[in-house]
Amino acid sequence: MFDKILIANRGEIACRIIKTAQKMGVKTVAVYSEADVNSMHSLNADEAVLIGPAPSEKSYLKGERIIQVALDTGAQAIHPGYGFLSENPDFVEQVEAAGLVFIGPSASSIRKMGLKDQAKRLMQDADVPVVPGYHGDDQDEKFLASEADKIGYPVLIKARAGGGGKGMRLVEQATDFKTALASAQREGQASFGDPHVLIEKYITSPRHIEVQVFGDTHGNVVHLYERDCSLQRRHQKVIEEAPAPDMSKDVRAAMTNAAIEAAKKIDYQGAGTIEFIVDGSGSLRADGFWFMEMNTRLQVEHPVTEAVTGVDLVEWQLRIASGELLPMSQEEIPLNGHAFEARIYAEDPQEDFKPSPGTLETVRFAKGCRIDTGVKTGDTVSPFYDPMIAKITSHGANRNTALSQLVVGLDHTFCTGIKNNIGFLSKLAQDDDFVKGDFDTGLIARKQENLTKVQSLDPFDIMAAFLVLNPVDFMAPRLGWGLWEQVTQSLNMLYNGMELDGSIRFDGANNATLIVKDLQTTFSNISNTSDLVTAHNGSKKQTAMVSNKKVVAHVKSSTDQYSFECIDPFSSGDAHAQNSSQIISPMTGVVTVVHVTAGMKVEKGAPLFAVEAMKMEHVVVADQDGVIDTVLCTASDAVDQGQLLVQFVDGDT
Amino acid sequence: MAIIETKLNPHSPHFAENVKANEVFLSDMSVLAAKISLGGREASRARHVSRGKLLPRDRIAGLLDVGSPFLEIGLFAAHNVYETDLPAAGVIAGIGCVEGRDCMILCNDATVKGGTYYPLTVKKHLRAQEIAEENNLPCIYLVDSGGANLPNQDEVFADKNHFGRIFYNQARMSAKGITQIAVVMGSCTAGGAYVPAMSDQTIIVRDQGTIFLAGPPLVKEATGEVIDAETLGGGDTHTRLSGVADYLAEDDKHALALARQCVHNLGRGKTSVPVGGELPKLDPEELLGIVPADPKTPFDIREIIARIIDNSDFEEFKARFGTTLVCGFAKIDGIQVGILANNGVLFSESSQKGAHFIQLCCQRKIPLLFLQNITGFMVGSKYEAGGIAKDGAKLVAAVSCADVPKVTVVVGGSYGAGNYGMCGRAYSPRFMWMWPNAKISVMGGEQAAGVMATVTRAAIEAKGGTFSGDDEVKLKQPILDQFEEQSQPLYASARLWDDGIIDPRKTRDVVALSLRAALNAPVKDTQFSVFRM
Repeated sequence: MFDKILIANRGEIACRIIKTAQKMGVKTVAVYSEADVNSMHSLNADEAVLIGPAPSEKSYLKGERIIQVALDTGAQAIHPGYGFLSENPDFVEQVEAAGLVFIGPSASSIRKMGLKDQAKRLMQDADVPVVPGYHGDDQDEKFLASEADKIGYPVLIKARAGGGGKGMRLVEQATDFKTALASAQREGQASFGDPHVLIEKYITSPRHIEVQVFGDTHGNVVHLYERDCSLQRRHQKVIEEAPAPDMSKDVRAAMTNAAIEAAKKIDYQGAGTIEFIVDGSGSLRADGFWFMEMNTRLQVEHPVTEAVTGVDLVEWQLRIASGELLPMSQEEIPLNGHAFEARIYAEDPQEDFKPSPGTLETVRFAKGCRIDTGVKTGDTVSPFYDPMIAKITSHGANRNTALSQLVVGLDHTFCTGIKNNIGFLSKLAQDDDFVKGDFDTGLIARKQENLTKVQSLDPFDIMAAFLVLNPVDFMAPRLGWGLWEQVTQSLNMLYNGMELDGSIRFDGANNATLIVKDLQTTFSNISNTSDLVTAHNGSKKQTAMVSNKKVVAHVKSSTDQYSFECIDPFSSGDAHAQNSSQIISPMTGVVTVVHVTAGMKVEKGAPLFAVEAMKMEHVVVADQDGVIDTVLCTASDAVDQGQLLVQFVDGDT
Repeated sequence: MAIIETKLNPHSPHFAENVKANEVFLSDMSVLAAKISLGGREASRARHVSRGKLLPRDRIAGLLDVGSPFLEIGLFAAHNVYETDLPAAGVIAGIGCVEGRDCMILCNDATVKGGTYYPLTVKKHLRAQEIAEENNLPCIYLVDSGGANLPNQDEVFADKNHFGRIFYNQARMSAKGITQIAVVMGSCTAGGAYVPAMSDQTIIVRDQGTIFLAGPPLVKEATGEVIDAETLGGGDTHTRLSGVADYLAEDDKHALALARQCVHNLGRGKTSVPVGGELPKLDPEELLGIVPADPKTPFDIREIIARIIDNSDFEEFKARFGTTLVCGFAKIDGIQVGILANNGVLFSESSQKGAHFIQLCCQRKIPLLFLQNITGFMVGSKYEAGGIAKDGAKLVAAVSCADVPKVTVVVGGSYGAGNYGMCGRAYSPRFMWMWPNAKISVMGGEQAAGVMATVTRAAIEAKGGTFSGDDEVKLKQPILDQFEEQSQPLYASARLWDDGIIDPRKTRDVVALSLRAALNAPVKDTQFSVFRM
């Protein structure tokens, strides 16, 4: 076993690897960028070395620099985590050339799986099913129809040069093929000047199921069962589970066998995942899954596998990399209960999941679930990297138990300062179809509107927010006391920028009555600390996680989290009004391009500049015609949300 | 420890009967209090709110610290006094906490006759200032008033305790370091203009508050100048040009926040009276079952004391002597008090004991609480010969001179010189409160009628006339009616003979808040007068 390893990663996965290394008595070296000074992973490791500026290409992707750090610190191996350099075969070769061990597969295994077409052909050779289709040059109508028959309906005809759905036709039955083909070819010609088409099997209700495999350097390969990762949003996994719902013994045997064959075909070493697209339109079938790709690294969602097998996958990675045999034989690997993982992101579900980098004013995780995180209260979710805050993993005797635990875990996790998707995840985890196990990769897209809809405010949340902004002492005698009637206090709070029309009255002995729009709610047994507010509303006990940032109260008593603002009587009306001659950055990020210069005349709708954060680019356009007075940014500037970037000439807007 | 043992049986029919009678008094009062608290007529309130102004009670709530109690005074002032309804005499007054400090808040109610000053409005304003001055409470005037009520000018303008006294008090209090803050949230015309002008710091709301000696109509009349109210005396004019006001607020809430900021910046330290004491061992809810429906039926005043004081723990003084006046030490809300409470008619011994006890407390600077249920001093030749007048005088003199904070609560009758000996209004208790069942008059109606009948009979018969039984009834009835009406607590409270009628169950709270307010001023040394020995 190694004495010391370097972790060429950051965030939760770096922390996750450090944890296992420490358990095994292996020392760790962290590397960090200028954006990650004092980050959890650099603090948790035994040693930490600054490797460069914030952008990943100048730090976490600088393979040579990282290898040099490993050599300098005396690390014997490099764990790449996921992302960054984890699937870069050149890096693997450089590591090995430096006399170090890469904790992962060989460069050749990575290369073989790196090119999708080549990987598919390789898998076909190994008798691993791939999505049937015809990608050839023969464009004869009769020939294509016979290919479609071979593939089996429904099929998809796609323009070879296509994109954006143009030149794409779904064909349900053979009799419709001829017409659909002609139409797709016409559209391909018209749109791209190329009538060439290809044909693929159309999988209705596709599910994404992947198999975890492990190979050692002695030619042994085992699987650690499957994970279902069908809940996706724009190909981004959101909630994963193991095992897959409705997975029969036969189908599992077929899939895991295929996965092992795939791994063996490329002499795979270490942790890997074979991803399959699965026909979820009915019960899972042994002939209803097809190879998509292989991830030659540890996956983000590996904790669900760890939960149901009891195996520490990182420990196995280290053992195998140091030349040990697989610690268990296939028969010895158990499958216990059911596990879920949800990924908590700094993003705004109400704004189509726009990334929301910033400072985490408060982070409180639920007890009772596994939490993998690389941040704590006060840390920053940087726009330079993946905006994941944490992964929350539940494990129960069966799917229902594990899912209930996940919901409780999400509902008891509280995070302020940045927008987050916790409420969305909780609603998703409570979705009727998902609860029944009836879902596919399109579920989120179909239900996005409902899943991102914020539930209406509960009076308790309002009361809790008031107590956060006005932390009264319920132990004090005569709270809000009046000679004949108790003092009724106006709420003086904004919600969604609007004044909440309501008032509150303390009724003695930890009681209060909230009046909002003529609706009275009486609370008893109120207790308020800086973290929690609890009260009884009739026989129902309610608890809210709260936090207070000067004049803002964040409150969460169930699924959704609400923010309230204390009305500041000193801010005059003018301060709130947007001056449209001043154009501000819509988010914290990096300016990628500036389209305007001082003195330039622009029309309404003209792009002014673009800001990128977390690989999403936001183009800011002129909201009116006008003349540019000053441009206060240049490309590659890091800017804060709300920072003034372009100033119009006053009166011209 | 001397925990009072109760002899009250809350399950007895007698108790139930008492509760029933007292609940009637209470609920009448509670309904009336709710009605008065609404302020002016609905249409006036709606008009007020439609102008973007907060209602007076919302202004007060917005000024107070969240959770602060509000000890209101004179809620029933002017009730049934004038031909027109004048809820709370058109001005709300009371003590509450602002930025951690007890303040006297005076808030005109523009929904009541435009906030104009009737005679009782003036009296209430002056009473509130008196409380502020005696107890060292910063004053915050939330001004929204048309000034003196002109039809009543003869009763509000010229006399010593009329309108002018308001400004006299402001100047004198400011001189003593008792801060005067005005928030101009509406009109401040003519005499009213001096409230902000005489204040230490003044806030005015833009496009809403106006201060001028003469409004636009009078200016046009006098000089021919045509000018709008805002330019003449609005917030901009006064904060930018005249300097009559110091801070310009955008709206009511902003103005209240500015007022809070002014209090925050008072250099003076906050009062530090320890908060809270043990609750009474005996249930204050039972206070409704102690005083009998028939005021002639005696009851043990200790049953009331036990339900007001901390832990029901009462160290009685001289328990075996002058037993009709119960004296002793206790704590209320953690504050030590000397209690004098009637348990029957005052005899020489009771009076001597009372005077003695007051001396003790004054020397030790212990505040005094008087619980009045008194028909008067004992009469008759035996007692006159025994010197009841000079012993009563000792008690009255001691009460008069005692310069410790005094709080009086009338829990039953308050008749004749008994009212004086037990620190009635004339003896300047810092606060005086009444229970809804209380009665207050120079003597009982029957006694008064009887005296009148006897005197009349003697006069008629001296002239050789006859005075029949019928004549006597005819003479007595109007006197009985008059006394019945005028001895009601509402009659007294409407005329500000007290600071308010209270729910008996809240007596402990009221006394505690009264004492806390009082302790904002240092307790003075007492100099007693000559006692007739």
